[in-house]
Amino acid sequence: MKVPVRFSVNGDDRDLYIGAHKTLMEVLRDDLELTGTKEGCGNGNCGACTINLDGKAVNACLILGVEADGHEVQTIEGVSEDGTLHPLQQAFIEESALQCGFCTPGFIMSAKVFLEQNPSPSEQEIRTAIAGNLCRCTGYDKIVRAIQAAAKLA
Amino acid sequence: MQPFDYAAPPTLEEALQILSQASGLVRPIAGGTDLIAQIKERRIAPSLVLNVKEIAEANVLDYDPGQGLRIGAAVSCSDVASYAPVAAHYPSLAQACLLVGSTQIQNRGSVGGNVCNAAPSADTVPPLLTYDAVAVIAGPGGSRRVPLEDFFQGPGKTALQPQELLIEVLLPPPLPNSNSRYLRFIPREEMDIAVAGVGSMVAVDPQTNTCTRARIALASVAPTPIRAKEAERRLEGSPLTEEAIREAGELAASACSPISDIRGSAAYRKELVKVLTRRTLSQSLPR
Amino acid sequence: MTGNGQGNGRNDSVGTSYVKVDAWERVTGRAEYAADVRTPNALHAKVLRSPHPHAIIKSIDVSRAEQLSGVKAIITSKDFPSMDELKDSFGGELMVNARDLRRMVLADDKVLFDGHGVAAVAATSLEIAEAALDLITVEYEILPVINSTADALKPDAPLLHPDVYTKTLKETPDKPSNLASYVESGWGDVDKGFAEAAVIVERSFDSMMVHQGYLEPQACTARWDNEVCTVWTSTQGTFNGQRMVSTLLQVPLHQVNFVPTEIGGGFGGKIYTLVEPIAMLLARKAGRPVKFVMDRSEVFRATGPGSPQQSTVKVGARKDGTIVAAQGSLVMDAGAFPGAPVAGASMVTFGPYKMEHFKLEAYDVVTNKPRVQAYRAPGGTPAAFGVEVVMDEIAEKLGMDPLEFRKINAVSEGDPSTNGRPLPKVGLKEVLGQVEGSPHWNAPLEGENRGRGLALGFWNGAVAMSSATINVNVDGTVEVVSGHVDLTGTRTTMTQMAADMLQLPPERVSARVTDTASGTYTDVTGGSRTVYTQSQAIYNACESVLNEMKALAADQLKLNEDDIEYADGAFSAKGNPETTLSWDELAGRSRTRGNGPISGYGTSGRLKGAPAFAAHLADVEVDPDTGKVKILRYTCFQDVGKAINPAMVEGQIQGGAVQGLGWALSEYYHYEDGKLRNPTLLDYRMLTALDLPMIDTEIVEVPADDSPYGARGVGEVPIIPPAAAVESAIYRAVGVRMTQLPMTPERVFWALHDDGSEQ
Repeated sequence: MKVPVRFSVNGDDRDLYIGAHKTLMEVLRDDLELTGTKEGCGNGNCGACTINLDGKAVNACLILGVEADGHEVQTIEGVSEDGTLHPLQQAFIEESALQCGFCTPGFIMSAKVFLEQNPSPSEQEIRTAIAGNLCRCTGYDKIVRAIQAAAKLA
Repeated sequence: MQPFDYAAPPTLEEALQILSQASGLVRPIAGGTDLIAQIKERRIAPSLVLNVKEIAEANVLDYDPGQGLRIGAAVSCSDVASYAPVAAHYPSLAQACLLVGSTQIQNRGSVGGNVCNAAPSADTVPPLLTYDAVAVIAGPGGSRRVPLEDFFQGPGKTALQPQELLIEVLLPPPLPNSNSRYLRFIPREEMDIAVAGVGSMVAVDPQTNTCTRARIALASVAPTPIRAKEAERRLEGSPLTEEAIREAGELAASACSPISDIRGSAAYRKELVKVLTRRTLSQSLPR
Repeated sequence: MTGNGQGNGRNDSVGTSYVKVDAWERVTGRAEYAADVRTPNALHAKVLRSPHPHAIIKSIDVSRAEQLSGVKAIITSKDFPSMDELKDSFGGELMVNARDLRRMVLADDKVLFDGHGVAAVAATSLEIAEAALDLITVEYEILPVINSTADALKPDAPLLHPDVYTKTLKETPDKPSNLASYVESGWGDVDKGFAEAAVIVERSFDSMMVHQGYLEPQACTARWDNEVCTVWTSTQGTFNGQRMVSTLLQVPLHQVNFVPTEIGGGFGGKIYTLVEPIAMLLARKAGRPVKFVMDRSEVFRATGPGSPQQSTVKVGARKDGTIVAAQGSLVMDAGAFPGAPVAGASMVTFGPYKMEHFKLEAYDVVTNKPRVQAYRAPGGTPAAFGVEVVMDEIAEKLGMDPLEFRKINAVSEGDPSTNGRPLPKVGLKEVLGQVEGSPHWNAPLEGENRGRGLALGFWNGAVAMSSATINVNVDGTVEVVSGHVDLTGTRTTMTQMAADMLQLPPERVSARVTDTASGTYTDVTGGSRTVYTQSQAIYNACESVLNEMKALAADQLKLNEDDIEYADGAFSAKGNPETTLSWDELAGRSRTRGNGPISGYGTSGRLKGAPAFAAHLADVEVDPDTGKVKILRYTCFQDVGKAINPAMVEGQIQGGAVQGLGWALSEYYHYEDGKLRNPTLLDYRMLTALDLPMIDTEIVEVPADDSPYGARGVGEVPIIPPAAAVESAIYRAVGVRMTQLPMTPERVFWALHDDGSEQ
């Protein structure tokens, strides 16, 4: 069954006609070619597909594309504005908070929503906020520091 | 995922109509964090997925001192946890909502979905049981109320009939001088399924310092979440001494019938129930 | 050239934390990983996998699946060209012969593990491919399951392979068995040694299968254009992979081009071509490009995890603390085909210690599990776990501080390494000195149920071929081109090293990783050697560039080459700095010199190994009521020779330590009668940010003998000590010795509360 949907992605209204069984991740990656949202597990256990849906961090792999109808989505591609990196993106670069980089978009999406709600968090609060995002390269140390640095910048 | 049909009815009536007319398996979707994973793993193959998030009744989140708390079936765990009256009057429920999965899962997954999924490990269920929660179920013949204790019938099995929908979960007002705590044990700190979970709620008579009501509910140690009634009886009418709490822990452990699986052995789970019961009770002494 | 720790240039771009040159793409979501590749008209592939861990395939019927609309090709192992011999063996880190590799991809006549590939489908959508799998009928004859090395080595054990005979240095046995090989190393006479010991400790240890846990599942796209196949893939070694598929499909190398995408983690697990042959065969059969992306459960069930190990360690020491004899036996689980990391483990096991008498036996055993691949310091973590725990216990029995005991026995230059050859310059003593003076070691640890543990790690440092081409553009900017896949910063360090050697600002240098058709050949990126050997290749390429630039400068300035000197971007006449040509000017003139712009090619040649040592300190708190272990503080001390990029070195150390901590505490394959019960990132528990403190690093720099900077490999060592450091900390916290990995809460709980009826 195909369903017409309209939702906003990174500020643009998109009209699509999609299979009801397609996840929002598939719609973003395959229909809209926004491949910055990554699939690490497909089951909500790694956070690599974290996106911002109506101001909340969610796993795009556990949402149907049709459920996004009428909602607002932001992906990693929409985080920097007019070519200027977001403070979090800048901090991830400067703090060497990435290695292979596959998990990075998901971390930035989680951290961005989190800092908007909690601009001066403790280390523990940061760790809690990103506990749904797995990273296998960094041991998280530099990621936590990058989020701390971004909080200071903002 | 294999293809399925989809509907997002704007009213309860339409939703019930779709349910009554459907042939094949219909699965309501609220947060979808359990449902989509199950479809992907091909544990279920619905022919229709019914989005209940457009239904007004499923989005109610309201507290009234006289009536208690109403949680619409589609309200997310994070919305429940951040609703101030929940933290104030039902602290263990707020705690449990912030333990389900991860931040991302809490932002999507609903308390109603956690209940309907009927996993023995459901973190929000022990707190609901300790507050004597009631499920409001809508069906072709109108709505009915089922105490949550009677709602669960086995792993993944509930009192819901095929043409029915869970609409709300109702929690009566909390007792005066009461407090509650939910703790679960997992090997990691987050992103895990409870090896064992315990919710405790106690009310105390400030004059006599005796326990007027005790509720202890357990997750992941039986085919469904269960109450530990003997443990509760041990406490009611007595002061909450260390000895009483210790004995309640032992009684709670004997109330459960865990299995050994990839998350832990039955014997270990019983030990965890003792520990978590003691800890939740000591941490839920009214302040 | 020999290492001097200084490099060749002025060192202003080496030794600084120059920002990762490819970071921008990663923080913006632009970096293209294998699953992001889009090819017009591509089909999607799915693999039918065996639910049985051990069974004969009696028949496969694909006729119904072929009828399904949208199905374009179906393959089984019969679609591979036949291969009667073993053919080539492929390295990287763990050797595998071509026939076994082919059978790892798709089973021949027998399935050998839960998840073993049986057939593959290409269809116009993933949904159709998945539905087609349901229509394939496979008739199995179920065989008894070999769950463990102990099962495998029973005298009457069913055989996985009728043609595997134990390989030893001595004679080959006359009967096949599940013991694929046996390796012995050592010197002296351990029995004599133990007779002289004042204290002897002997313990047995056990560990389970683990996974590298890279976040990006294996993925590739294959497209045939007439006879030539282009493969976009996530791999640690393009040339290695190209050779593997060329052998498996019997296609000459020039008809296969491996294009490396960004790689979302490898850790040794993306060396074998487990997905590429499937996509290539399907694409050829269907006449359309095919994309194959594994899902997470396939990654767990059917790639190459890390080998589990059962070990016994016996150590004897004199009263003064010197180790007089050390003996070990490592029984290693290779999974379905021979090839457990016996060599690596044998080398690592007693690596940090001087021993008068030493004997180590290692067994390579096949079982009904996926064939292992390399996983960061292959074999090292479980092997060192046993050794370090025993060393901790010996120190305790001698009444010695565990650090003091290590200092007494630490190897240094000239001591025999575990392979018998003398060690080159190494920095273990310096590492131990760093521990002794560190804030962590000297901080008191107070509180109940808390303890501090120390453990060491050793990695010999692999050596394999590296190369680079350096092109000088006509505007003076520089491109470094290499076939080295960039796992965690190769382009950045190549940029830094070339800038340093050419005495140019790093901003004027860029580095790229190329495909096999256009790139310079290199071996696999792995084994903690890329910066080490690549630094030599870049040095040689830069030297060639500088020589050509000097020749051109001489020509332009009408001088002899010997009269030209180069510094800071300027070629000038010796003794007459007024006569000068800038780098850029000269680069511009190169365009019309007849031979075109200047470039240089360099290879690493033969280098000695650059062994690296580490010590880790762990503070833990144990909850005695639940058995849960919390890491309070963690510090890694490591000799890196020279930190080309200190921030990236720290990051690798932190990441390796945390993988080791996951292995220590929570990660394992849960098999029940050969079936994997936890093939998800929910139940295969990699640690989250919330499970960890900050990971402190203290970098020690004792330059290696060889290579321009004396940089030692960094990646492997940090995964080795964590398990033992945590164990020793648990012991000091609550007084129980843990001998099984992982040290799950339940295991720690029963160790504390065992009444004889549990565990």
